[in-house]
Amino acid sequence: MDTSLKRGAVFDKLFYHSTRLCAFAVLLVVIAIIISLIIGAWPALKKFGFGFLTSTAWNPVTEEFGALVSIYGTLLTSAIAMAIGVPVSFGIALFITELCPVWLKRPIGIAIELLAAIPSIIYGMWGLFILAPLFGDYVEPWFTNHFGDIPLLGALFSGPPMGIGVATAGIILAIMVIPFMAAVMRDMFEVVPAVLKESAYGIGATTWEVIYKVVLPYTKIGVVGGIMLGLGRALGETMAVTFVIGNANRINASLFMPGNTISSSLANQFTEAVGEIYTSSLIALGLILFLITFIVLALAKLLLYRLSKQEGSRT
Amino acid sequence: MIQSNIDIKLYRRRRLFNYVVLFVSVLTTIFGLFWLVWLLWTLIGQGFQYINLDLFFKATPPPGSNGGLANAIVGSLMLTIVGVLIGTPMGVLAGTYLSEYARYSKLATLIRFVNDILLSAPSIILGVFVYEIVVISTGHFSGWAGSLALSLIALPIVVRTTEDMLRLVPNSVREAAAALGAPQWKVTIAIVYRAARSGILTGILLAVARISGETAPLLFTALNNQFWSHTMNEPIANLPVVIFQFAMSPYDDWQHLAWAGALLITFSVLTLNIIVRLFLRTPKSSY
Repeated sequence: MDTSLKRGAVFDKLFYHSTRLCAFAVLLVVIAIIISLIIGAWPALKKFGFGFLTSTAWNPVTEEFGALVSIYGTLLTSAIAMAIGVPVSFGIALFITELCPVWLKRPIGIAIELLAAIPSIIYGMWGLFILAPLFGDYVEPWFTNHFGDIPLLGALFSGPPMGIGVATAGIILAIMVIPFMAAVMRDMFEVVPAVLKESAYGIGATTWEVIYKVVLPYTKIGVVGGIMLGLGRALGETMAVTFVIGNANRINASLFMPGNTISSSLANQFTEAVGEIYTSSLIALGLILFLITFIVLALAKLLLYRLSKQEGSRT
Repeated sequence: MIQSNIDIKLYRRRRLFNYVVLFVSVLTTIFGLFWLVWLLWTLIGQGFQYINLDLFFKATPPPGSNGGLANAIVGSLMLTIVGVLIGTPMGVLAGTYLSEYARYSKLATLIRFVNDILLSAPSIILGVFVYEIVVISTGHFSGWAGSLALSLIALPIVVRTTEDMLRLVPNSVREAAAALGAPQWKVTIAIVYRAARSGILTGILLAVARISGETAPLLFTALNNQFWSHTMNEPIANLPVVIFQFAMSPYDDWQHLAWAGALLITFSVLTLNIIVRLFLRTPKSSY
């Protein structure tokens, strides 16, 4: 009796400590990622200093490197993705929570989730072989013809219609982040207490007015959090972008010209990079990407966390 | 007659606007689903004709000759299985700690937060990280490095679902077991795990689905191998990287193999996802 109790106590301690060790491992992994990126990026950061962030150079021969082009491409493609993705995912979430007949809810929910499950390389391949040619043959010439002559705005749509470029990458990113944002928004909309919505309907509000004046204010922090989560995905997405962005180290006013993002530079050049400074510059790009996504995701989590806390105090 | 003070014009305008918004919301849903249909349609149209027995029994060919994807399929299976074998036990134990031992502590909040960051972190960064700690120190690309990178992607998924699922187990069940004299490790393993079994399995399967299509982290770790290789200590062929290289190549027969591989990966990932969603209890939050 005594020995079995003792053995139980030993197991108890053993089990507790192994779970704690694994939980700490998660923390350690993230810390190790940051430290190893900083160590790897150090030679480049030491050589170029803050100029690394503002330089557009990227010359492996003379070993001059700067991050501006890649940062610009990353932010621009993500901005396009958000401009398309946010309204669309809002519409989808609205449809699923307010309009959709009950029997259709689950199939549509699953279909949207499947869209999120498709590996990004498939999106990239499909974008390169199917979407980009269509885009180059029909969509881009149309934009150039209709908007190309307008001063300022026209510059966005100038250049030869090649199909691959920043705009195509942005659109593919939009398709990829829509399911994430739609799922978060749907989950948010569904936690709005029915009493609130019913009382608005009761005084004669239309569905849109209920959404805009009751549901959105109630969930706004969560919706912003969901958008940030989608943004985090878009910023770090690699393979889909690498296929269609064209890998050119230039900043162009035109959205139809090839460019570069941080992740596509890494995917295209990392294994081929020779020399300490070249590799180190690429790792420095990685460090910048990690910091940007870290900040975006941390903000997203804080907002979502605040919403769930509020929920607790209200109900 | 009862005098009505409803402003008919205003009412019509509000109703019209409402219809317009609802119509647009239907359109956006169609827009969202349209891509799924188009993608699958293309994959079947382009890839199905190249699915044959050679695909599963021959290794990747040099351009211009016949071959299959057998070495890449085997390599992908090995990388994924080893990745899950590393990531799952750690993930389940970490999730157990968060749910059973430290549910409300500050430390658990921090770990949960960091885990969510890891969950959404760009996968290519994990590739760079593993490159730095494994590939540079061993001096060569290897299957082990690839599996490690994949396990880092699987880990946060398993941690998250395990914790969510264990939290759903009612406390009275734990208390009942404890009242019978079971020590906590026994309560956790024999009672709580058993109650949450299907949920934990869901997390593991979703992690498998996620890492079996991951490409970016493998580019710098497992790399690729044109030949048959079963050793994890060398560069190893794997479907995603083969698809990437073959699709970007100028050779027609390589591109055909890439389409066949893409079809293969997509349908295994989607099948896994559908099975999970139909037969097992899924975590509510997908983010």
